Parts: sequence; structure tokens; C-alpha cells
Amino acid sequence: MKNKNLVSITDFTKEEYLRILELAAEFEKNPRQEILNGFVISTLFFEPSTRTRLSFETAINGLGGRVIGFSDSGATSASKGETLHDTIKMVSNYADLIVMRHPLEGSARLASEVSSVPIVNAGDGANQHPTQTLLDMYSILKTQGTLKNLKIFMVGDLKYGRTVHSLLQAMSEFNTTFYFISPDELKMPATYKLHLDKMGLEYYEGGDLTEFLHEADILYMTRVQQERFTDPIEYERVKNAYILRNKMLEGTKDTMKILHPLPRVNEIHTDVDASPHAYYFNQARNGVFVRMAILSSILGIK
Amino acid sequence: MKDKQLLVSAIKEGTVIDHVPASALFKVVSILNLDKLDTMISIGNSLESKKLGKKGIIKLSKVFFKDSDINKIALVAPCAKLNIIRDYEVVEKKVVEIPDEIVGIVKCVNPKCITNNEKVDTRFNVVSKSEVRLKCHYCEKITNQDNIVII
Repeated sequence: MKNKNLVSITDFTKEEYLRILELAAEFEKNPRQEILNGFVISTLFFEPSTRTRLSFETAINGLGGRVIGFSDSGATSASKGETLHDTIKMVSNYADLIVMRHPLEGSARLASEVSSVPIVNAGDGANQHPTQTLLDMYSILKTQGTLKNLKIFMVGDLKYGRTVHSLLQAMSEFNTTFYFISPDELKMPATYKLHLDKMGLEYYEGGDLTEFLHEADILYMTRVQQERFTDPIEYERVKNAYILRNKMLEGTKDTMKILHPLPRVNEIHTDVDASPHAYYFNQARNGVFVRMAILSSILGIK
Repeated sequence: MKDKQLLVSAIKEGTVIDHVPASALFKVVSILNLDKLDTMISIGNSLESKKLGKKGIIKLSKVFFKDSDINKIALVAPCAKLNIIRDYEVVEKKVVEIPDEIVGIVKCVNPKCITNNEKVDTRFNVVSKSEVRLKCHYCEKITNQDNIVII
């Protein structure tokens, strides 16, 4: 994986996913290693982020690397009208690797074509966020002991949610059965269902969250946002149907875990937090180990 | 037939692009950069056609296209037919075929795509040719036949 860009989850093969997850487990056991000593990694956040930026910077610092960058493009030449092309050209003279988040879709792909050093995409608009997908996979592997033959429920905004699209693409390599639970307006787009058909995988679609929940191994929650609805009355009608409460978890498998890319607003009631099924905060912690694995393998150290 | 002969004269060597929909003729001119050529070109448009209603025709003297270049027009003129002329005779007939990759011709439908916000050539992988579906190399969104806008 040395010098490879990670722009889209499909840039990596199944074997590469597994290698990253294996490395992440090693880093979890031993998170303090000075292996990035002497490396400079640039984190360019043209758009605000809490978890992603902090977990990348925690990963870099934990491995003894140095960070240069910005967390708000307002303080940079981008606000003077510098193009992304020029910013990336310039920064790739300074750093060994660039981690970037940008509000425009396709920006990371463009950067990877311009940069002389590898690019890791930390989110390009509503398009891709591959390091989130890898940490979701790590959380699935860690809690279920396997990635194979699982039943994954995806709930909420399946139309616009980039995390569910990328996770679907990656997990389709592991004979997953998918359950798509969403309001009509926010259904999984046809192109992803076609992909599952091509892979010969089963999937179910519906609007009722609780009906088949006892079959789930993973419950992947996303937020249903009001601004996605053209009709506010329709939003009012459906919003409560996609809020997870502790009492809905009765009868589910003991090993079933709830994941959420965070930030959560109200789609998981706080009464779920104490449940042994709740895994979303651990999931965020896993992000550090997965990002250590990604950075060190792209830099050719592991 | 006689009238048409008068409108667009025959060429000795070159290429005739026929069966271009009248509405797409000037798009074809622009995609192939014909305005940059200094060889003789005859363009006829809104000619009567049984197949297309109104069609356009372009006769290019001393110009021969590579398949990869001429196929670019398939997006706007899918039924276009090419006649290759040598010594006033049609020596070869060709049809156009949509290429697997399209660079710098079509605008991405996604307003949040980097190609609509920064100076960069658009690039698409053609995921379906019968009902044209183009996947943006950058933002990964699909531009459908109905949304195709030529730059």
C-alpha cells in the first residue's frame, strides 16, 4: 500500500481492507510507538470537523509524527481565492502525506492527481469518507469476531448518507445480508441495490425499524435530517419512527451492536447509551487505531 | 436530391459526417474543434431527412479522424454516419460508438462537484451506453442522458 492514495473506499482491495484491520488491532495493543519519527503529515481541513481531525492528529502524535495544517480554511490563502490545485501543490512540498477534508465532492481525487505525496481523503462533501468506513469495519470485526455472513441493518437517511454507501460497498465483499430501513423519501439509491444484485447478495427494504430487529448483528444508525424533506408535514410524520429507544432492543441478539458515525442529535435516545448494545463511543475510539494503520501502511512503515 | 447536391458540393478526399440531428450540428462542430481547422469545410443544416426529420451534414476536405476523436460526438449525434472519401468515392462507411471514457466534453450534473468549481477538465466513465449513464471520475455521481450538458 506504500504511496497509495486513499480517496475512495473502492481504491483498496478486500486484502488491503483486511491488512488495515489487522494492523489496527496491533496498534490497539500497542498504541505508543515512535515509528513516525521524522515524518511530517499535513492535515488540511477546509471544513470543520471534530472527531476526524482529532483522531488523525491523535494517531499521528501517538506514533511520534509531526502535524502541520489548518482546521479552518478562513485562516489560509484559500480565503484569498487560492485554488485547491495550488494549495495542494504547495503543501506537497512540505509534507510526507496529506490528510484532507473539503466541502466539494471529488476534491480529494483532484488533489491526488496534483500532489507529489499520497492523499488520504477525510471526507469530500457528500461523496466519500473511506477512513470512517474502515473504522466501521474494524468495529464490526472487533464486536462480531468476523466480517463474514453478517446481517447489517442500515437505518435512517440511506439516500444521502455517504457512510452507509461506502460501508455497503466494502461489506459487500463479505457475503453480508443488508436490511435497509428508511422513510420513502430517503431510500437506498438504485445504483447501490444494483451493485448488490451483481454481487449476488440478498437485501430487504422496509420502513419499520423493529419488525426484524431480532435478526440483526449490526444496527447502523444515521440521522434523518429535516432539510432533506420537501414536505415538512411528512418529516413530522416519520421523524419519531427512526429514533432508537432502549425498549426497542428487547429480544435482539446479545451480540448485536449499535453503530453510529456521530455526531448524534436525537436519533439514538440517551436511554440507549447504557445498554450493552451501544457501541458508538467505542467506535469513535477505534478510529485512532485504524488511522494509525492507514498512515503507517501508506508511508511504507508497516 | 438535386437540391441537396447544390447546397453541399462533393469532396475529393476527406470525411462526410451525415445524419447529425439538426439541433446537435453546432455541438458537433465545437466538440471536434472544427472552427480551428483551415481546410475546406461545407456545413449543411436543417436538411430534410426521412429518419431524423431535420438533419445536418458536414463535409470535411482532407480531414480524417481517429476513431477515438470521432466517437466523442456519439453523445450528441448517436446515429451519425461517416463516409470516408478517396478520389470522390466512398471507400469506407463508419458509425460512431460511445467511448468508455469521456474527457472534457460534458458538464457534471452535480453542482458541488470540484469540476464545477475549479478549472479542471471533466472526466467520466461510461457505465451504460444504451441509456447513457456517465459516472464522474471526481465526485462519483451519475449524469444521465437527460442531464447531459455539453461544455
